[in-house]
Amino acid sequence: MNQTPAYTERHPRWYRTRVSTYWWTGQWSYFKFTLRELTSLSVAYFVIILLLQLRALVRGPEAYAQFQEWLKTPLMIALNAVGLFFVLFHTITWFNLAPKAMVIRVRGKRVPNLMIAAPNYVAWLVISAAVAWVLLGGR
Amino acid sequence: MGKRSNEPFLWALFSSGGVVAALLIPVLLFLYGLAFPLGWLEAPSYQSTLALVRHPLTRLVLFVLCSLPLFHWAHRFRFTLYDGLQIKHLNEVINVLCYGGAIIGTALGGYLLWNIP
Repeated sequence: MNQTPAYTERHPRWYRTRVSTYWWTGQWSYFKFTLRELTSLSVAYFVIILLLQLRALVRGPEAYAQFQEWLKTPLMIALNAVGLFFVLFHTITWFNLAPKAMVIRVRGKRVPNLMIAAPNYVAWLVISAAVAWVLLGGR
Repeated sequence: MGKRSNEPFLWALFSSGGVVAALLIPVLLFLYGLAFPLGWLEAPSYQSTLALVRHPLTRLVLFVLCSLPLFHWAHRFRFTLYDGLQIKHLNEVINVLCYGGAIIGTALGGYLLWNIP
């Protein structure tokens, strides 16, 4: 008798409901998720501005002054304000995710979420203060 | 089929870029994007900015800042397009645009920082 049964190639058709492209608009938590994912655009936007600033710096004082004037235009102020909002959204959601990404146990007990998220916030404050201190001339 | 996935490597770039972006971008975007142009605080002069960027440590930080956050963007935006717009069939084009963009940004950052006068 044949021990291995013969399998057919036939697959039943999978049942999948069609998900709307706008699935994330119906519920606040889905919408927040999508906003969080879109923060990456602001991150990329910042790097583009940084690259433009470095280019102006390489080109000389006139180019740099021009770059600074360009940042004063209402459009750039508006873009930067929106960018800052999303970048802050990224920072906060990122640090709040840290306890979920790193589950640390000490003597069999799970370290509370706050104990993992807090050092991130402290590091953020210290680094931000240090950067500001350097850029504002250490006065 | 035995090809190893490079997903863990890309995820490591995503995650380290996310940390760098979270720690450094808010303060820089606030200062250069709002506080200096609106005159709330006095912007450093061209000469002092140049002196600062000439320092090897600043250059290293700026290079990392040009590179890792772009890989963070590439990874996250790729999945935003997959899930949000459901255009998974454009997979390869999106990968090339996202990671290609990150590589080009890294190269530009390195080139500019190398050429600081």
